Amino acid sequence: MLRLDHVSKTYRVGAFGRGRLAAVRDVSFELRPGEVLSLIGESGSGKSTIGRMILRLLRTSGGSITYDDADIARLRGDELKEYYRRVQGVFQDPFSSYNPIFKADRVFAMIRAEFFPRVGQDEWRQRVHDALEAVSLNPADVLGKFPHQLSGGQLQRLLVARALLLDIRYFVADEIISMLDASTRIDVLNLLADLKSRGLGILFITHDLSLGNYISDTTIILRHGSIVEMGETEKVFGDARHPYTKNLLASVPHMHEKWQSNGSGPGTNGVAQPAIATPELVLIEEGHLVAAS
Amino acid sequence: MALHVDDLRVYYRTLAGDVKALDGVTFDVADGEIMGLAGESGCGKSTLGNSLIRLDGRMRYIGGHAVLDGEELPVWDDDAMDRFRFRAVSTVPQYAMSALNPTRKIGRMIHELLRARGVEQIGGRQEIARRLELVGLDRGVLDLYPIELSGGMKQRVVMVISTLLDPSLLIADEITSALDVSTQKAVAETLVGFRDRGFVKSMIVITHDIAVLHQIADTILVMYAGKLAEKAPADEIVANARHPYTRLLISSLPEVGVRYAERRLTGIPGRPPSLLDPPAGCRFRDRCPLATDRCMQEPPWIEENGRGIACWEAAAMPAAQADAPLVAGAL
Repeated sequence: MLRLDHVSKTYRVGAFGRGRLAAVRDVSFELRPGEVLSLIGESGSGKSTIGRMILRLLRTSGGSITYDDADIARLRGDELKEYYRRVQGVFQDPFSSYNPIFKADRVFAMIRAEFFPRVGQDEWRQRVHDALEAVSLNPADVLGKFPHQLSGGQLQRLLVARALLLDIRYFVADEIISMLDASTRIDVLNLLADLKSRGLGILFITHDLSLGNYISDTTIILRHGSIVEMGETEKVFGDARHPYTKNLLASVPHMHEKWQSNGSGPGTNGVAQPAIATPELVLIEEGHLVAAS
Repeated sequence: MALHVDDLRVYYRTLAGDVKALDGVTFDVADGEIMGLAGESGCGKSTLGNSLIRLDGRMRYIGGHAVLDGEELPVWDDDAMDRFRFRAVSTVPQYAMSALNPTRKIGRMIHELLRARGVEQIGGRQEIARRLELVGLDRGVLDLYPIELSGGMKQRVVMVISTLLDPSLLIADEITSALDVSTQKAVAETLVGFRDRGFVKSMIVITHDIAVLHQIADTILVMYAGKLAEKAPADEIVANARHPYTRLLISSLPEVGVRYAERRLTGIPGRPPSLLDPPAGCRFRDRCPLATDRCMQEPPWIEENGRGIACWEAAAMPAAQADAPLVAGAL
C-alpha cells in the first residue's frame, strides 16, 4: 500500500527564495493495489507536486509517504532501486520524455542495463514483446523508430510498456493523455483500466473531470494544495457537497445539456483567490469526506 | 452573408515537398453566426484560421477565395491584408496569454497599439474600461502589468483589445484549451457575449474540444486531413452526426456520467494520412468502417437542409440506418 500521511510541500519563491508558497498542505490518502485514484484539481492545486513527491522527484516538506510501511524518504541505494522497480510514472508531454537523438526503444535498453543485466537477449526480446502487447502496440510499428516517427499516443504507450517491464505495483499517470488527440486518448485511458484489472494501483492525475469520472474508483478534489472533497467516485460526482466541487462540475461542458448561467457573470470565476486556511475534512457518509467550509 | 470561403488551398513549404494542410475548403459563415471549427491536431483547422488573417513565411497560397461582407480578402498579399486586419478581421491567437508586452502597463500598451494602427482613441479610456467591465475585469487592470494578471484575465484582456474596433469576423484559435474548467466557461461565455452585444458580427471558434463548441457555437464544421468532413448545427453534430469520422470521434469522448465499468468507449484505430502525399479519394478511407470501392474517388460536398457532408456512404444512407451504432475497426 502506498500511503500519504499529512504530506505538505512548501516551495521557496522570489528573490533569494525569501518567499514561501505552500503547494501541498496536509494531504493524506492511501492507494491500494487494483484501485484507480483520481487526483483532480485546477492549475496550481498541487496535484503534480504530489505525484512528483511519490516518485521521489521532490522531497516532502512535512509528513511522510510510506510504501508497505517503509518511509520512502529514507530509501537508499538498493532499497531505492527496489522502490523504483515497484513504483513508476509517466508524464504529460510524450515528446519531451524522449531524447530525440536516440531511437525511442532506447528506454527499454536503459531498463535492461539498470535492472536486468543478466537477462539473455532472447528472453529480453520476449519480455519487450509481451509488454508491447499489453499496451496494444505492434512491435514492428514502434521498435527501431525515432521519437518523431511515432505519434503521441504510441510514445505514451511505449512509456507505459517501459514501466511494465519492471515489476510495478503502483503507477503515477500525470496528465498522460492531455496532449493526445481525442480519437486516441480513450485507448490510452482504457489501457490504464486494463492495468488496474491486472492488480496495479494507479494514481491518475488530471484537470479533466470527465476523464477522472470515467476511470477512477476513488476521487480526490484538490484546491490550493488541500483536499476539499474525497471519496468513492460515484459519491463525489453524484452527490458533490463542497461548493468548490459543485462549481467545477457546473463548469464542465456537457454534450447533452447546455451550461446553466449562474448569473454571476464572467469574472467571478478565474480570478485568483486569496490563500485560505487548510480546511478540516469531515466524514459525511461512508466513503465520502468533505472539507468543512 | 458575412464570410464566404471558396475552394481555399494553403500548403506548407518543406524540404520534403508541399504539405497540403488546407486542401480546398468551401463554406459560409452567416451574419451573427458563431461557427465552431473542430478536428484533431494536424487537420488544418489552425491553418484555415491563420490564412484568413495572416499567412506566415512557411505558408503558400495555392488558390481559392475568401469574401468578407462582399469584399474579397487578399489573403495572398500580406501588405494588402493590413487594411482589413484588426478592423474587419481580428484574431485571438492561441498564444493570447503571452501576447501582451510585459514591459508596458495594459492601458499604455493599448494606447500605443491604437496609435500605431492610426486609430484615434475610440471614446478614450472610457470605452475600453466599459468593455473590460463587460468581461468581468475591473478598469484597474489598465494600470497593471501583464504579470499581475492570471491566465484567464490576460486571455480576456486580449479578447477586449482584439474586438475594440468592432470587427466583422473574429477568429478565436484554441483560446480555452489552456484554461481551467471554471475559467474556460467564463471565457467561452464572454465570446458569446461579444456576439450578442454586436462587438463582432460573426466568429470562427477553433478548438479540438467539441463539448465546448456544443455550448457556444451555432454550427460546427468538422475537418479531417485538410478537408471538410461535415458541417451542421451544433446540436445536430453532437446528437445526429452523419459522417463516420464525426460519429466515431463523438463516441470516443468521455463525459461526466460515463463510467468505464459500465460502458467502455473506444478510439479510432489508425492515424490520419500524411499530408505530404495524401491518398486519392476520401482521406478517412483507411480508418473508416463504412469504406467501399467508391471511396477511392473523392466524395463530393453535398449540402441539404442546412447541413453539409463529404461522404459517399453516409450521404446515400437512409436516416434509419444512419442511427445504428458504428463500430470502429469492424472491417
